[in-house]
Amino acid sequence: MSFHRITIRINGNLEQVDVPGNLTLLQMLRDKLGLTGTKNGCASGECGACTVILNGDAVNSCMVVAAECDGAEITTIEGLASSGDLDMVQKMILEEGGVQCGFCTPGILMSARALLNRNPHPTEFDIRDAISGNLCRCTGYNRIVTAISRAAEAESAAVK
Amino acid sequence: MVVAQNTRTNNPVGKSVARNDVLEKVTGGATYTDDIQFGPGLLHCRVKRSPHPHALIKKIDYSKALKLPGVKGVATGDDFPDLIGLYLKDRCFFARGKVRFVGEAVVGVVATTEEIAEAAVDLIDVEYELLTPVLDPEFGASPEAPLIHPDLGNYDHPNFIFPVANSNISNHFKIRKGDIEAAWTQCAAIVEHTFRIPHVQHVPIEPHVAVAKCEDNGQVTLWASTQSPFAQRALLAKALHIPESDFRVIAPLIGGGFGCKAGVTMEAIPVAMAMKYKGQPIKFRLTREEEFYTNFVRQGLVIKIKVGCDKEGNLLALQNRMYWDGGAYTEYGVNVTRAGGYSSTGPYDIPNVATDSICVYTNHPVGGAYRGFGMAELHTGVDQAMDMLAAKIGLDPVEFHKKNCVQGGDVLATGMVIHDVGIKECIEKVAQALDWEIKDKPSAPNKLRGKGVALAWKAPAMPPNAGSSALVKMNSDGTVTVSVGGQEIGQGTFTAMAQIAAEALGVPYENVKVSGPIDTRYSPYEWQTVASRLTWSMGNAVRNAALDARKKVLDVVAEAWGEDAKDLDIKDGYVISYKTEESVSIKDIVVYGLPKPNDGGWIGGPIVGAGSFMPSYVTGLDAETGQGNRAVVHYTTGAQGVEIEVDKETGRIEVLRAACAFDVGKAINPDMVRQQMEGGFIQGLSSALFEGCQLVDGVMRNPSFVDYRIATAADVPAEIDTFIIEHAQDDGPFGARGIGEHPLVPSIAAVAAALYDATGLRITNPPFSAEKVYLALLEAGLVE
Repeated sequence: MSFHRITIRINGNLEQVDVPGNLTLLQMLRDKLGLTGTKNGCASGECGACTVILNGDAVNSCMVVAAECDGAEITTIEGLASSGDLDMVQKMILEEGGVQCGFCTPGILMSARALLNRNPHPTEFDIRDAISGNLCRCTGYNRIVTAISRAAEAESAAVK
Repeated sequence: MVVAQNTRTNNPVGKSVARNDVLEKVTGGATYTDDIQFGPGLLHCRVKRSPHPHALIKKIDYSKALKLPGVKGVATGDDFPDLIGLYLKDRCFFARGKVRFVGEAVVGVVATTEEIAEAAVDLIDVEYELLTPVLDPEFGASPEAPLIHPDLGNYDHPNFIFPVANSNISNHFKIRKGDIEAAWTQCAAIVEHTFRIPHVQHVPIEPHVAVAKCEDNGQVTLWASTQSPFAQRALLAKALHIPESDFRVIAPLIGGGFGCKAGVTMEAIPVAMAMKYKGQPIKFRLTREEEFYTNFVRQGLVIKIKVGCDKEGNLLALQNRMYWDGGAYTEYGVNVTRAGGYSSTGPYDIPNVATDSICVYTNHPVGGAYRGFGMAELHTGVDQAMDMLAAKIGLDPVEFHKKNCVQGGDVLATGMVIHDVGIKECIEKVAQALDWEIKDKPSAPNKLRGKGVALAWKAPAMPPNAGSSALVKMNSDGTVTVSVGGQEIGQGTFTAMAQIAAEALGVPYENVKVSGPIDTRYSPYEWQTVASRLTWSMGNAVRNAALDARKKVLDVVAEAWGEDAKDLDIKDGYVISYKTEESVSIKDIVVYGLPKPNDGGWIGGPIVGAGSFMPSYVTGLDAETGQGNRAVVHYTTGAQGVEIEVDKETGRIEVLRAACAFDVGKAINPDMVRQQMEGGFIQGLSSALFEGCQLVDGVMRNPSFVDYRIATAADVPAEIDTFIIEHAQDDGPFGARGIGEHPLVPSIAAVAAALYDATGLRITNPPFSAEKVYLALLEAGLVE
């Protein structure tokens, strides 16, 4: 097994990690870096529980080879709140009651954050589309959609 | 709608306070079982599974596997001969002698990594002699069917389960009430129909995972994603012949269960491996594929219904014959069958009833608990039959439901007199929300539009004496710690328990913490987190514990102040005297006590309240007639309706809006009740439109999210109206009863009724996939 030394910026911090060639980004986050907020729901890119933001895009970290992340910038759920303040999508999903068992929540929040970063004024369709790869079995989704919509409104109001 | 967190919420029962378990869930800090770090000593387990639905095991050769570097050892059925099971003890840790379903565990392997364990599994050879499988429950119940469990007659079971020896029938529940044959002659309309409901999977987003460790002194610890830590302790300790006190289960937060993490499932495997390979923790986690095809399923059902009414539409008679596809082991499924039996009328008042609810062994995946515990399957048949009967007698379905639904004081099919229920108001709310009287035009020429309504009822299905207990510990900072043994599974029970404790004690909600994770060594006993029973049963235990603590506080203060405790109260965390208007913060007294007058010493001390609850009034039912004084503790009832459009070009059903109304007795937290109604409805809708295990010759053909689709954010209606009806439960905490499971119970029947209203077609074998609907439209000549 060949190992690769990669340098990544993760949640704002530079890290150097030695990873075997077959390790996924999800395995690296959970097993090498102890960032267990990112969840493993299927390990085959189908449920979205392992979503992180990689160079600005929401990706299923179970489908990314860690060795190919050299030089990448990665944000995980642990890095979403900054200096103790919850991100707007975190605040709004709490206010709207969009969290039950919480297992899909990290992935949904990362998909939502990536959406609002690239599209600050999403339509309801945009929101549903952006999280359609994040399966949730508890909530029925509507409160999550409302939370993301309200987060977008609050952020654009703050910009004005 | 949600109360801010920096407030002091007094008398929180009935208020939508913020949940106490969700902050760490949005930051990644919440700990689930797979997140616990065990260090480099952690071993991993994988399993060799049966590829056949029914076969004799002739030879197992694991010699090559043992030679693989990193492999620690293997275990087979011969290592653990004892039978386990929640109701009917019919299952071993690993298959012994024969396999009974595709995916059954045959050999377990422990190795230093998951990859090595998996590679070792591939090196194991198992020789089988194939047997004829039983793949249909109706055939399985017949004398011609090959026997799946020849030893059924010897299996241990409680006295309310009725297996038939030398058959595949592991439970036969009967009701005989009134004179059904005479009743048919008085009917003006009769509907007779067979409905087939497929197996479905629970699909929690967190797959099953468990870690077990056995110390050299024989003490076992199990960390598991489980709804049933205490039941697991009891069942596994007994099967392993070790004292319960030597078996500890630690149960962190659960990433969704819906019943599949109740009882003992895959946890038995790492426990078995740990017993054999002591000293190191052993982790076993299911792949998503295994989650689909090896674990508990919602069992399939063939339900044959004959129901009749008089010319005014009053129900007169129901004959209900149910064949449950219980799968290879029915240790838990036998009680789903019982629940389907005693609730077999649905929430309707019917004077003459004949029910046969039959649990049948098949060579299909093992049936277990699934949100609703038989009720969604039952209602899919019963409520569609009611919709058919309403159409046949010429009554509007809403009128028909209102005319026939149960009301307080009715004698149910089991002889039980039902308590006050608000189901009629639920029907009215749903009809109103959907503008039932107004027939809207389709939005486009290629669409058909319709509305449908269905009812639901469900009682907690459990042994008659399932109990709860709780501790309320008072802290010197004025906070209160509540210890319970019921699980936070996403439903919000820790929040509801904090509300109940705060209300009963007289302290702000924000000052109450609920201690987790559940740990059988430290947490008070709870039967299981199932059956929508926690708000009611554990809520009673918590209320009793809080009242006990409250009494202890007031007694101390009364003595110290020389007052009568009756003149004292606790408000906002202060003990106050109505007589003298004196007050003292509880934080000053609940640990350190109070000085007696005149420097005469001290009284009081650390205060801990204890409480428990167990229903004492549930009676047995006669084996031949199903009659008894009280079959269940209570029923939660409700109604649901949908408006849909059917696309004639694709067959796709779009749900435009939905309405749900349930009588919860008292909503401890109204917003959390609404969350249950919304989420449960969408899970039910998903099963109505998309879900079914495709079992071909015993093999599940769609064990992935690509092939087994569940509803996504893009599939759900934006408009879901929810209504809370409150007819108090006489023995519920503040009048409450459960709501966790009920909202998915009527969903399939409601969609089916709307599909009929839109198209005139009855499709009685869900899911109502676009393909199935389109083909039905084609066959009926509605499209060309």
